[in-house]
Amino acid sequence: MADPELVRYTLDNGLRVVLAPDPTAPVVGVSVHYDVGFRSEPEGLTGFAHLFEHLMFQGSESLEKLAHFRHVQSSGGTFNGSTHPDYTDYYEVLPSAALERALFLEADRMRAPKLTAENLANQIEVVKEEIRLNVRNRPYGGFPWILLPPVLYSSFANAHDGYGAFEDLEGATLDDCAAFFDTYYSPANAVLTVAGDLAVENAKALIQKHFGDVPYRPAPVRPSFAEPLPETELHGEHEDAHAPLPALAVGYRMPDPVDDLDGYLACLVLAGVLTDGDGSRLQQRMVHLEPLVIEIGAGAGLFGPFEARDPDTFTITAIHPPDVPRERVLATLDEELEKLASTPPDERELKKVTARWAASLHSEHDRLVSRTLALGAFELLYGDAALVYRLADRMSAITGEAVSAAAKALRPNSRAVLVVHPATTEGTDEQ
Amino acid sequence: MSSPTQAHRSAEEIGRTAAGPRPLPALGAQRAAAELSHVDTTLGTGLRVLAVRNATVPLVELRLWVPFGGEDRLHAAIAEVLAETVLSGTARRDRVEIDAELALIGGDLGSGVDPERLYFSGSALAEGLPTLLDVLGDALTGATYSDTEVLRERDRLLERIAVARTQPRTIAREALQKHRYGDHPVTRETPEAHEVATVTPEQVRALHAASVLPRGSVLVLVGDIDPQSVPAEVERALGGWASDRVAVRLPVLPELTGGDVLLVPRAGAVQSQIRLSAQAVPRTDPRYPAAQLANLAYGGYFSSRLVENIREDKGYTYSAHSGFEFTADQAVLNVEADTANEVTPAALLETRYELARLGLVPPTAEETESVRQYAIGSLVTASSSQAGLAAQLTALASAGLGVEWLQQHPARLAAVTGEQVAQAALEFFAPGRFTGVVVGDADLLAAKLTALGGVTVRD
Repeated sequence: MADPELVRYTLDNGLRVVLAPDPTAPVVGVSVHYDVGFRSEPEGLTGFAHLFEHLMFQGSESLEKLAHFRHVQSSGGTFNGSTHPDYTDYYEVLPSAALERALFLEADRMRAPKLTAENLANQIEVVKEEIRLNVRNRPYGGFPWILLPPVLYSSFANAHDGYGAFEDLEGATLDDCAAFFDTYYSPANAVLTVAGDLAVENAKALIQKHFGDVPYRPAPVRPSFAEPLPETELHGEHEDAHAPLPALAVGYRMPDPVDDLDGYLACLVLAGVLTDGDGSRLQQRMVHLEPLVIEIGAGAGLFGPFEARDPDTFTITAIHPPDVPRERVLATLDEELEKLASTPPDERELKKVTARWAASLHSEHDRLVSRTLALGAFELLYGDAALVYRLADRMSAITGEAVSAAAKALRPNSRAVLVVHPATTEGTDEQ
Repeated sequence: MSSPTQAHRSAEEIGRTAAGPRPLPALGAQRAAAELSHVDTTLGTGLRVLAVRNATVPLVELRLWVPFGGEDRLHAAIAEVLAETVLSGTARRDRVEIDAELALIGGDLGSGVDPERLYFSGSALAEGLPTLLDVLGDALTGATYSDTEVLRERDRLLERIAVARTQPRTIAREALQKHRYGDHPVTRETPEAHEVATVTPEQVRALHAASVLPRGSVLVLVGDIDPQSVPAEVERALGGWASDRVAVRLPVLPELTGGDVLLVPRAGAVQSQIRLSAQAVPRTDPRYPAAQLANLAYGGYFSSRLVENIREDKGYTYSAHSGFEFTADQAVLNVEADTANEVTPAALLETRYELARLGLVPPTAEETESVRQYAIGSLVTASSSQAGLAAQLTALASAGLGVEWLQQHPARLAAVTGEQVAQAALEFFAPGRFTGVVVGDADLLAAKLTALGGVTVRD
């Protein structure tokens, strides 16, 4: 498929803009990606990037508390935001009549968000409820995205819990918020993306009208989060009060998606060969034939591929019955990796993985919200929004030898193994 | 931050500019969504086929819903094993071959079951539609349920049921179903492990022969396809799937009449699940559009009274939501919130307060316009992707509705008056009409919840 039209330019204040017109449905997506995620939050303030994301919805100079939600929704739109290791995104998807309104809302909070002690206190409580819901009150909560990094990584930036410790969240001050905003939320540290039912010249004029006078502030110098590869197998243990079955997560370092995209893509193809579908190697052997596990999955990134710069994590996770020793699960995994390392997968096996990837990329881009967010994230992280449309072809070109090499790099002596121990009792009281 | 690397403005300085606040831009003119080219027909086998062209990407989405009710005590257990193994092999293909053929067309096909229906959900590159249909037809007419596959899936299922039953939302859902519907088959969403453990391959094969039937089922295809040619293509692939009998519908649900909320103990929980429910009206009822708007104003979207109260004002919850649940020709309203132990009784109080207030202080003109625009706009957004459109049409089709209903619904929402919303609010949201459960740590919650009234503690 030919690349759809993309228009990219930068405003005088440093804001990068990506426009992706598509007239097929009368809806438009608007997103802003800021180049700060939880890897950038300071020690003692774990969870702050995410907490701050909540505060960006709580009012701005022109919009009282709650107005942001009301204006998006009363225009027929939906919205959200999310915090990742290396970026924080905000978006609206609306009927195209509301395009200017969405730009106004994003510009107003980029220019002058209203950060108040009352809203900070309220959102600290909301975020604590979010953590209770998604982590503390749930089996396998935070598995593996919170639990695996501290085993695989040693620096605070890479290893800490991006949701945050309650005491850190409770200790966040308004001055912390002001410093964070002034440092990281400058237009020069952000990408604005507009996709869908738009006319390019009109969109450019509206963007200039609303974002043009957001004052320039320099983008912060981005630190390197690089750290050396592990030189031995690292181990971690976690007691899960709610989990009924043992689980394990294996984390490996993977190639830099910016400097070695094809190496990164080879890891994605490898993940597919290992666990995508009933016919994949680990599903077939470990779930269906032997069977050793209840479920198994492999993939790149803590939340999925392409959402971080280097270092990024290749993960394999499995839930297994208590009577299957985890050593056996790991040994089988290593055996299958060894087979792949010595004998490259054939064309048909590669085609199965890459055809599914091509279809899933189409499917993702068919949802306007996903397409808008992907364009913004690729522009921000890799400096190339159009890469989104080339991924399927790049992936189809990955050779069996490259997949072999990727498998060979997943060595037991430079990985992290996190073991989750289940609770002995759990559930409701007897009926 | 604790040690700022550079000077920064104060929060107050950040929140204002020299120019001051700016006015909200008006909405522009809205272009209508394109008409959908589609075919809606019933084949000789009794299978309804709904095919819609939406060529945004070169894919096709497939959904098949087979009514799959059953009153037998073991029905849920056998049905669950059936759904897990129906795609595990046929006379023509084993499990690995099924997966390989689908993978080569960028495809996926999955199956699942609930008390109301057996469902298949799939997608593929559009050019792979013949293969996708062929694999589906093969499974529908020739699934073998080999002893090995059935017994292995049965064992896996036992482990997965154990995992599911530790999920707070599964525990709460099960408790709500039992509290509001007693022993009705609809309550058996997750079968009992001891029943699953007894399921035999013969039982699964017998259930397939008796209940996987085209008459009364609906197949939805959405994507880069020519709808006119679809019925013949489906006829070719699924024509052999035939029977004179009609797929089995779930027995009618008892009407909810309201009653005490049941506190279901979950020792050591750090958060509670509040789940309330009341009888409502289905999409075909003339009061439905007004009830839909009233629901949005109550808790159906983020700018609702419930969310603004218990999340944005009081910080009691991360997620609070209310919405319709449709079962066959019936519908109920469900209200959900997950809250920390310390604030659970207060959150239940506020949830009921907002129910009462919706009827007594009905949505203002501004609230009504907001929910109306949201309902119309989110319908357009949700229908703009193939998967979103397929999901909507499948839900509508199983209620006997189709593309026309979807396309006429914005006009229906536009015509609702404020008075009709107020009436729906009073009629459907009165606290006394609701029943429900709270799942949480009874030691911490019982005294305050019972003091609130209308709450019974399970022994």
